[in-house]
Amino acid sequence: MIPEAMLEFNNVSLTYNGEATPTIDNLSFSIKRGEFVCLIGPSGCGKSTIFRLVNKLLKPQCGEIYADGQSISDHKNYCGYMPQNDLLFPWRTVADNVRLPLEIKGGLSKSEMDDRVNEVLKNVGLENWGQKSPSELSGGMRQRAAFARTLLTGCDLLLLDEPFSALDYLTRLSLREWLLDQWERDKKTILFITHDVDEAVFLSNRVFVAEHYPIDSLTSVDIPAAYPRSLKSLSEPGIADIKERLIGMLRKETA
Amino acid sequence: MKNNAKANLPAAILLFALLIIWQAAAMHMNAAYILPSPIQIVKKLWDLRVPLFKAHLPATMEVVTVGLTISIVLGLVLAVIMDMSETVEKAIYPLVIASQTIPTTALAPLFVLWFGYGIWSKVLVTVLMTFFPITITVFDGFKSVKTEMTELMQTFGADKKQIFLKLKLPAVLPYFFSAIKMAIPISIIGAAIGEWLGAQSGLGYFSRRMMTQLDGAGVFAPILLLSIAAMVLVAIVGVFEKKLIRWRKDL
Repeated sequence: MIPEAMLEFNNVSLTYNGEATPTIDNLSFSIKRGEFVCLIGPSGCGKSTIFRLVNKLLKPQCGEIYADGQSISDHKNYCGYMPQNDLLFPWRTVADNVRLPLEIKGGLSKSEMDDRVNEVLKNVGLENWGQKSPSELSGGMRQRAAFARTLLTGCDLLLLDEPFSALDYLTRLSLREWLLDQWERDKKTILFITHDVDEAVFLSNRVFVAEHYPIDSLTSVDIPAAYPRSLKSLSEPGIADIKERLIGMLRKETA
Repeated sequence: MKNNAKANLPAAILLFALLIIWQAAAMHMNAAYILPSPIQIVKKLWDLRVPLFKAHLPATMEVVTVGLTISIVLGLVLAVIMDMSETVEKAIYPLVIASQTIPTTALAPLFVLWFGYGIWSKVLVTVLMTFFPITITVFDGFKSVKTEMTELMQTFGADKKQIFLKLKLPAVLPYFFSAIKMAIPISIIGAAIGEWLGAQSGLGYFSRRMMTQLDGAGVFAPILLLSIAAMVLVAIVGVFEKKLIRWRKDL
């Protein structure tokens, strides 16, 4: 076990029921506390399966997963999951949606919950939108609300599953910058799934590439650009080379 | 409200046209015991207002209220337990479907034999016809809850009870209202059929008595009253539905 690891896979394998070949085969990797790591790979390669293993929606047949130094099998509330679709409940107001993880965990009074909700809504720039219904929000605002809800799980490890893929291009660009601000302020560890190489390079310290199917290893590629990043940093020569290399790796698989 | 009136205008015009055709045909035939005219029916309704509203409408509504209440409780319980356990679903679902192949109307005389002319034979007919759409619609509502939403709740650490109360219950509410709106007319028909076959009061019974007297308008008048009762009840439920659910289109 690696001591400073926030998330660690140790020889994890998973075969879906009724399938002959495993989807995850003896996979090991680790993510350090405070890192922003993007996981890229072609669709259907099993990226989301890794997430489902981390948040215990799936149980590996062998191997062990550690979060913050503890095996997840007897660990609760160690990761906050943000799905691709915001999944805001339409019968709840924005504030009540954001409050949901607190309600489920319990142990806080109503006014304490209100304070936490108001604080996090302010942080994501939705302070005046709490009493609205989710349908009144734009796509980008809905994702920010979903992110706020993920933050209120209180976990240091966040799993974001293609959260911006359904948004229009410009909204996506501004939300990327916004997400980096959030990450720098809250010092969370983020594992982010995407199939957009630009997005991965722009956001992360490191990119994990799922090169083979079944996934038996993740190729780690460091992104040496300093934060805060701007769109320009993507076109610096070193970064552009990395981008091309990543695209090359993905091409090889889909060919 | 104004928009509503505008939206209903084509239906109102069509209804009016059909009534005029009916009126013309009835006047042409001039045989009220076979085809009474709409005006004769309304006039009959007015003439018979005291027994219809004082004795027979309350009798039918009593059957509807009891039958509908039992159907709702039964339908909800069945839907919830089928949703909770796949084994229960496998055991109950086919039987619920099969129950609808029973010709309730043909069996109703038997119910009269078993339960007599009191309210329970009619309640049984009503329940047999009504619990089915409620069960199936509410069950479909549970099944329509997105798996992703359930899983999201699980990642938050929610237990089964929390998932039920915070996700399934609100998500199923629109289906529940659809079920009730469907069930009201069916339960009224059920009650009328029950009364038609054996009763001492009620609008179905009254209609049949008029039949034996070859009073065409007298057959129609209580039926008109039944239709109006159904529409009023559905409208009342609709008002509650609008108050409670503003998000139906967002799911």
